[in-house]
Amino acid sequence: MRKPLLRLDGLTKAYPGVLANDDVSFEIGIGQMHALLGENGAGKSTLVKMIYGLVKPDKGQMVLRDQPYAPAQPSEARKNGVAMVFQHFSLFDALDVAENVALGMENPPAMRDLAKRIRDVSEEYGLPLDPNRLVGDLSAGERQRVEIVRCLLQDPKLLIMDEPTSVLTPQEVEILFRTLRQLSSEGTAILYISHKLEEIRALCDEATILRGGKKVATCDPREKSARELAELMVGQVLTPPERPAKPKGDVLLSVENLSLKSNNPFGTSIKDISFQLHAGEVLGIAGVAGNGQDELLLMLSGEIPSPAAQVKLKGQPIGQLGPNARRVRGLVTAPEERLGHAAAPDMSLTANALLSGAARKGLVKKGFIDWKKTDSFAREIIAKFDVRTPGTHVLARALSGGNLQKFVIGREIELAPDVIVVNQPTWGVDASAAAFIRQALLDLASAGAGVLVISQDLDELLEVADSFAALNEGRLTPVRPAKGLTVDEIGLMMGGAHDMHPAHEAAE
Amino acid sequence: MIRLEKRKEPSKFWRIANPFLAVLLTMIAGGIMFAMLGKDPITAIRLIFFDPIFSETFGSYSRPQLLIKSAPLILIAVGLAIGFKANVWNIGAEGQYIIGALFGAGVALAFFPAPGWYIFPLMVIAGAFGGFLWAMIPAILKTRFNTNEILVSLLLVYVAERILAAMALGLMRNPDIAGFPGSRDLRRYEAAHNAELIAGTGIHWGVVAAMIAVIFAYAMMTRHMLGYHVQLAGQAPRAARFGGVSPARLVVICLGISGALAGLAGMFEVSGPGGQVRIEFASGYGFTAIIVAFLGRLNPIGIVLAGLLLGLTYIGGELGQMMLQLPGAAIQVFQGMLLFFLLALDFQTNYRIRLTQGARI
Repeated sequence: MRKPLLRLDGLTKAYPGVLANDDVSFEIGIGQMHALLGENGAGKSTLVKMIYGLVKPDKGQMVLRDQPYAPAQPSEARKNGVAMVFQHFSLFDALDVAENVALGMENPPAMRDLAKRIRDVSEEYGLPLDPNRLVGDLSAGERQRVEIVRCLLQDPKLLIMDEPTSVLTPQEVEILFRTLRQLSSEGTAILYISHKLEEIRALCDEATILRGGKKVATCDPREKSARELAELMVGQVLTPPERPAKPKGDVLLSVENLSLKSNNPFGTSIKDISFQLHAGEVLGIAGVAGNGQDELLLMLSGEIPSPAAQVKLKGQPIGQLGPNARRVRGLVTAPEERLGHAAAPDMSLTANALLSGAARKGLVKKGFIDWKKTDSFAREIIAKFDVRTPGTHVLARALSGGNLQKFVIGREIELAPDVIVVNQPTWGVDASAAAFIRQALLDLASAGAGVLVISQDLDELLEVADSFAALNEGRLTPVRPAKGLTVDEIGLMMGGAHDMHPAHEAAE
Repeated sequence: MIRLEKRKEPSKFWRIANPFLAVLLTMIAGGIMFAMLGKDPITAIRLIFFDPIFSETFGSYSRPQLLIKSAPLILIAVGLAIGFKANVWNIGAEGQYIIGALFGAGVALAFFPAPGWYIFPLMVIAGAFGGFLWAMIPAILKTRFNTNEILVSLLLVYVAERILAAMALGLMRNPDIAGFPGSRDLRRYEAAHNAELIAGTGIHWGVVAAMIAVIFAYAMMTRHMLGYHVQLAGQAPRAARFGGVSPARLVVICLGISGALAGLAGMFEVSGPGGQVRIEFASGYGFTAIIVAFLGRLNPIGIVLAGLLLGLTYIGGELGQMMLQLPGAAIQVFQGMLLFFLLALDFQTNYRIRLTQGARI
């Protein structure tokens, strides 16, 4: 056993209505790579916020290097050698790398010195960065480097990383891991938060698993299978979705040379996208966030029109049609953002059932709404998709993320579409609900519909997709059969390492 | 120490209770104001809020006045509320009211002195069309050039006022009375007169129109797809687009409806209680209707109640001026306080005020 760096002892934190952390105790050794595992809502974020001084525990104590440790704010945590890289970057697009780093420092040195130090540190750890480049021009992986380098400049003893790989391609992940291993060998402990099990098995030497705010286990992840870890996380036995093999049917949706110029300087333009979706086929589109997924969905849903012939449904040009006209013809979509886009937060579930149901379910007669029929449609969704809610009168925003996701996806599936396009179908949903949603999509495909799944979760795509393509900076790769694709090949389709160099190769 | 907590859902109780509480606070604050002016606060409040209806001496005059003053407020507010729900802010109903009156009066004056049953219906159509047209200016500027409808519609009020003055002094001036500004008195032109329908009640066609508008607005907002789209666009613009709502179309519809209703109100006023196109014809109904819409919680039924209350303050204010020599501006202060208190109180529909012990860092 290594010498302990940080010991947590009985940490407890309650929020109104939920016990976010309940008597959590574990130790992180010096230079240890320690994973913190758990589903959404298991209490991982609250726990690290307490370590980083953002949240004060109700009960329990922490001991850092044999000294009592109770940071009142993040600056105190940083002074004690605790640094954190957040999942959502806090960077300014319009400033350059050095300026962004300076903004996060207590006493930034002169700009020229800082630029030199950034260059030195980034080279040393194999994360090359040009201090003079605008952050707005950087890829997600490079932005994350800025955050990491900002932490490294403070010479941390404990580096907390919150879901660091959710924005990276597999090649970028590999580079990051080498950096983390180097840091660990130099004595910096890493607390690594994730729900990606394979990653944790590859990287970490100890894992603490949280479920419902409680610690359920501390184990060596290399000695457990991913399945065992998942079952510890979820607390139940998981069954992977089933899919009978079926030949491809007719072309249902075809997209030809679809383009869109983004009017936001840091937004993504869609460049010349073409693909075909067949009856019974599940097409998975991978890509790191911000590579044109949202724009593609808006153009398929009809919220952004395109020249008519660029989007065809069953051979008919529909590029100029709005969302409801497309729904009537059999094309439905489920956007990524549930609250505010796929659902109106301050409306009841009944009113939200009407949002896309109006066009296809005969809920409106001569402009007048049949509220009774709409309400029974909402009830149908709730019953079939196991949405946990006291009733249809409840406001959408009162539902938990996972429940609302089930409602939104359920609503679109219940419309019995010919083609369904979903973006991030299981984002923020617990494992059993995710399995249910995937199964429902597969069932739809085996009943003859075309299913297009846009997702950043590669495991999900490999599980459901028959064919596979990737979005990279607004361009779509050619579609390939999903069977037999390796993670490496997929990574290259997603843009590889975006010309970044791995650790050491650059340094040597 | 006082702490504010955001509520999970807006409180239904405070949504209903706040307008009543705002009226009560306005009465108290108004009483204090009157006391500082050296008037007996109890008498003044009674004179404004109770005597117009319940007093034997004034009642017979004031009671019909209540509907006459409230009808244009309700008619305009119902239209504004639809727009406000969709986040389309028509602040220039006063201007649409003036232009509607000018269009209506224009038709009447063009036919003068011919008799004919068709003249009044034509005036109604012209009035609504005038208000609609005036509201289309901010609508088209917003949808084409992305201008702010609040500024454009508000500034157009002052343009409308200049046009009104020009009409009263020029084109529409009564040629039979040399030297005086103002048009012919439409009350003396039978085919164009918006007369009292039931003697002694104050009910004229404008009151009927207001009632119809309330019923239609209620049905539209609760049962019709257009009302659903209006609410969607106001609450979640992205969800509205997902639901197939075209934002530009909605801006045009909302400004169109509220403009047409304001124009109607102006036309019923100029052909009835107002009587003629005069420089001082506009009496602020278009602005007061904004208060009515909010006090009525943007709900057609609530707007009827709020319209009656604000109508009452107009009459009560006149009584107060007559009997207690209260300043004429007192009534505007009253109306302003009402909106002020309401907006302040509405804070607690979304937040809970908690008293906690000790300081928290």
